[in-house]
Amino acid sequence: MAEPPRGERAVPFRGHGFVLARRRFAAPLFFFGMIALWQVACDRGWISPLFLPSPYAVLLAFRELIEAGTLARHLGESLFRMGLGWLFGTIAGLFVGFLMGIFSLSRAIGQPVVSALFPIPKIALLPLLILWLGIGEASKVTTIVLGVFFPTAIATYSAIDNVPRNLIRMAQSFGLPWNAVLRKIVLPGALPGILAGFRISVSIALLLLTAAEMVGAEYGIGAFILTAGNLMLTDQLLAGVVMLSALGLGFGTLLARLERWLLRWR
Amino acid sequence: MELAAEGITHRYGGLTALDAVSLTVREGEILALIGPSGCGKSTLLGILGGILAPSEGRVLLRGEPPAGCLNPLTYIFQDFALLPWRTVAGNVALPLEHHRLARAEREALVANALARTGLSDFSDAYPKQLSGGMRQRVGIARALAVRPAILLMDEPLSALDAQTRDLLMEDFLALWLRERVTAVYVTHNLAEALRLADRVAVLSRRPGRLREIVTIPLPQDRRAGPEAAAEMARLHDRLWQLIRSEAEAAEREILAPGALHG
Repeated sequence: MAEPPRGERAVPFRGHGFVLARRRFAAPLFFFGMIALWQVACDRGWISPLFLPSPYAVLLAFRELIEAGTLARHLGESLFRMGLGWLFGTIAGLFVGFLMGIFSLSRAIGQPVVSALFPIPKIALLPLLILWLGIGEASKVTTIVLGVFFPTAIATYSAIDNVPRNLIRMAQSFGLPWNAVLRKIVLPGALPGILAGFRISVSIALLLLTAAEMVGAEYGIGAFILTAGNLMLTDQLLAGVVMLSALGLGFGTLLARLERWLLRWR
Repeated sequence: MELAAEGITHRYGGLTALDAVSLTVREGEILALIGPSGCGKSTLLGILGGILAPSEGRVLLRGEPPAGCLNPLTYIFQDFALLPWRTVAGNVALPLEHHRLARAEREALVANALARTGLSDFSDAYPKQLSGGMRQRVGIARALAVRPAILLMDEPLSALDAQTRDLLMEDFLALWLRERVTAVYVTHNLAEALRLADRVAVLSRRPGRLREIVTIPLPQDRRAGPEAAAEMARLHDRLWQLIRSEAEAAEREILAPGALHG
């Protein structure tokens, strides 16, 4: 072996860090750890069950609610309101968004109106809507419709703005008629943006649903949580909150599935 | 079919991109349009095919399109302009769908266009699965499917790497030698123009004016051999002299805001 030349040494590696690796078990472990800690804290009496019941107590409350059929009743009412509100808000938002995305005149009129009304927290309109439509379903559903309408309209026309112009030019250069350009280029091109808007509008719908149900509803998860709070039934209250979280997660998963299927070309 | 541009002037705002350009594309030839970047050659191509309205002048079509022609003036784009949500076959079928064709006839047209561009095995692939060269083949197949009278090619090889460019150019040349479709070929690449074109129209830098049209007397299938080398080198020099000073000056220009490429 020849002696290495003087001053020879390995180049030090400097490229470590700043790369996110997959840690598959980290999240479940942390999750169960937190719940276990919570349970222990309640069992040891570190936390008063009146303020924060143990996870087990919440689970029991859940089972009780399911067995009594109350949960199904509340959930059914909530899903009905939210589904109806989201559906109508989305249909209207898509329609107006498409008009604003395609026609210069509708954009010129629509943009300032939408920009002015979008920032209003729609729950602030509920008292007015109750005066107009009564305390029943119509005012609650309308609040959700309004809350869903604006972000959907904005997402839709922004998505249309982002359809590559070169594809539209291409279609025109092949003589595609106007409605074919709309159906075959603009609509599929805008779909990713529209679906991203759905994620936002669903979370807004859930928020408004809960808030609206807390203002004068007999059934519904929002009403249930409010009643439980008034009666200091914190285990039931938390069961309601868990239900809302599950709803949000469920809709999110559903939309992710829809996205993966509709945008499988990506 | 012939295509004649008469006194085409085009302005973007206060900027004159093209100034009184007149030229004729003759039946069965490849006319290359070369010039420095920003000389308005892509703008001229857009005007020739009717997807841009010129500020002044007009474009005339002469003669009848070939039998079965569905879209006389057909583009092949630099960025391919493929629909990412459609498969290769779906992209090629797109310009056929609004014509009254029997289903079997449409499928036959698509299959034929795919076969001519060597894409038959890729008909169900999505654009994202293909290399740049294959994507441009899809662009060419889509153009061939409508049986065009005149192909308008906007720097079709610019987005490809050098090897792919050479391969695709030879393939395109072989296709053209069989079918002799009239074509306008915009490029800033002298080698492409010399390999493909019957005539080369040289545009000056902005405002784009027609400087000269150089005829390449050798037929395309005899240009590659050593016996043609001297003549081709002479033509290369001549064209280079024509565009060199323009390219140099264009490179030093500061782009006006809102100026468009090409």
